[in-house]
Amino acid sequence: MIQAHLPALQVVVPLFAAPLCLLLPWPRAAWLLATVVSWLAAGIALALLWTVRAEGPISYALGSWPPPIGIEYRVDLLNAFILVIVAGIGAVVMPFAKASVERELPPERIVLFYVMYLLCLTGLLGITITGDAFNLFVFLEISSLSSYVLISLGRDRRALTAAFRYLIMGTIGATFYVIGIGLLYMLTGTLNIADLAARLPPLLTLPAVQAALAFLLVGISLKLALFPLHLWLPNAYAYAPTVVTVFLAATATKVSVYVLIRILYTLFGGLDLPELPLRPALMGLGMLAMIAASLVAIFETNVKRMLAYSSLAQIGYMVLGLGLGTAAGLAAGIVHIFNHALTKATLFMAVGCASQRQVIGLRDLAGLGRRMPLVAAAILVGALSLVGVPVTVGFVTKWALIQAALAVDLWPVALVVLASGLLALIYGWRLVEAAYFQPLPDEPAAVAPPLAMQAPLLLLTVACLLFGLAAGWTLGLAEDAAAALVGPAP
Amino acid sequence: MSGNPILRITAKLLLPAILLFALYVQFHGDFGPGGGFQAGVIFASAFILHALLVGVPAARKVAPAWLVQAALALGVLLYAGVGFAGLLLGGNYLDYNVLAHDPVHGQHLGIILIEFGVGTTVATAMITIFFTFADAEGAPDPAAEDEP
Repeated sequence: MIQAHLPALQVVVPLFAAPLCLLLPWPRAAWLLATVVSWLAAGIALALLWTVRAEGPISYALGSWPPPIGIEYRVDLLNAFILVIVAGIGAVVMPFAKASVERELPPERIVLFYVMYLLCLTGLLGITITGDAFNLFVFLEISSLSSYVLISLGRDRRALTAAFRYLIMGTIGATFYVIGIGLLYMLTGTLNIADLAARLPPLLTLPAVQAALAFLLVGISLKLALFPLHLWLPNAYAYAPTVVTVFLAATATKVSVYVLIRILYTLFGGLDLPELPLRPALMGLGMLAMIAASLVAIFETNVKRMLAYSSLAQIGYMVLGLGLGTAAGLAAGIVHIFNHALTKATLFMAVGCASQRQVIGLRDLAGLGRRMPLVAAAILVGALSLVGVPVTVGFVTKWALIQAALAVDLWPVALVVLASGLLALIYGWRLVEAAYFQPLPDEPAAVAPPLAMQAPLLLLTVACLLFGLAAGWTLGLAEDAAAALVGPAP
Repeated sequence: MSGNPILRITAKLLLPAILLFALYVQFHGDFGPGGGFQAGVIFASAFILHALLVGVPAARKVAPAWLVQAALALGVLLYAGVGFAGLLLGGNYLDYNVLAHDPVHGQHLGIILIEFGVGTTVATAMITIFFTFADAEGAPDPAAEDEP
């Protein structure tokens, strides 16, 4: 019986836990509830992925109203994969959260932190699982509003301005999204994504549909921080509490990339639309992000901001992959969502372990190789993965992306990918050099993080290597998901 | 404002009417225009008027922070709980049909409970927002702040 209701439970369990958390008076109980719920959500996501692999897409009618009328939760291979990423990161981050939150947040705000985290998790899972375009907007708002609050909890007062800037940009993005959906609803009279996809093809030449697509693309690009629209992201990641940065960096923008894929490939049926040069636009913006954001990262001295700019470059890879328009390119983009979530979660978590300061400069990493060998090793693995060295997850993506580019004879694109990897080598090396080759500082060193913070870090580091070696599973999944959207690879 | 008898008496007369109208909008929502969102805002506006009349600290006694916060959570819990009830009684999530012995009653019961949850949360959220902005005690002293 429970099997059939998994799609609803995926979203509703964290949603129910959030207000329950608010009623709990003790931070420890709130943490325990949030942890149990995160693990439960990860279990449900895995079960859903398992079911979808075995039996094909699942459709769940909320309130038993049949799909085009009621809200449908629709799970196919693509969003089952994303669900596993989001819920999995949540499950890994929660054990880390307890000690980290106690270090960084005033005691009276700890319970509120877990409430907001659960709401954010609800929103992200909801965006991913829903098959209804307007329902997606509602979850987008739930996740965005809670992440503004989460970011503003940072100790540094700049967290407030960062959260406010994100609020303005995020609200513009969400408004653009809803305008786009409104236009489509006006033309077709439906909000169900599958139903919309069936009704749109004859209308694609209408200016209103093209305007809708433009609004949707710009709105979602704001949310996923595509290069020229990225200005909210670096400070938001740099000044938020460490746990929040780890969680959001690994999930929030990735879910937006998923929405972009959904809009382009499911809603509009691919990139070959009349009169709209989507391929060059997406690929150009993706490559611009890869080069420009990497260049900024090289000159950045605040480590968290450096990693945030590196995230922007990595988002460029994903957009480039899905902009290629082939099944192979899309698969590279999808698998990079997973790989980059692992890499960036590892790096942000390691940096958070390395120093308790809110603003971490390169000097704070000095001598890390001797002070905290595990943390330094995690930084090394993360940096290698950003560069795309074999044996790490980053290599899997680079390989898949370059192959996809060469398959359609776009060798300049492959060169840009390689160039961006070289730029990543420069800023990645600065991290590794600080951690291993700088002498121990004279000032008293930061306290070594407790085991509860090191264990999740170790898990993520091992995962970075494991999924780099055994890439068949994730890449195969991404290829199947891409083939379901585009048609099988030639 | 409480020093002005005209304002005080008018507000006193209005308060019960506002609360009653809010409840009417709430529970008539399944037959006519209305529902939890509108009712919640109207209900909260009575508290805001009361606070304007007697001042924030005195109004805080009518709506203490712990109670408002608990109601805020309970409203959402009621909404989500009705969904779970549908699940446990053999329907899909938020399926009202199975809540009572026949579907029409079930739908009726479901929507009333859900809207009550919405109303509770919206009202307490509005009250919380108002008090957060109006409560000068909780805000830091502007003179003591230093920009980094």
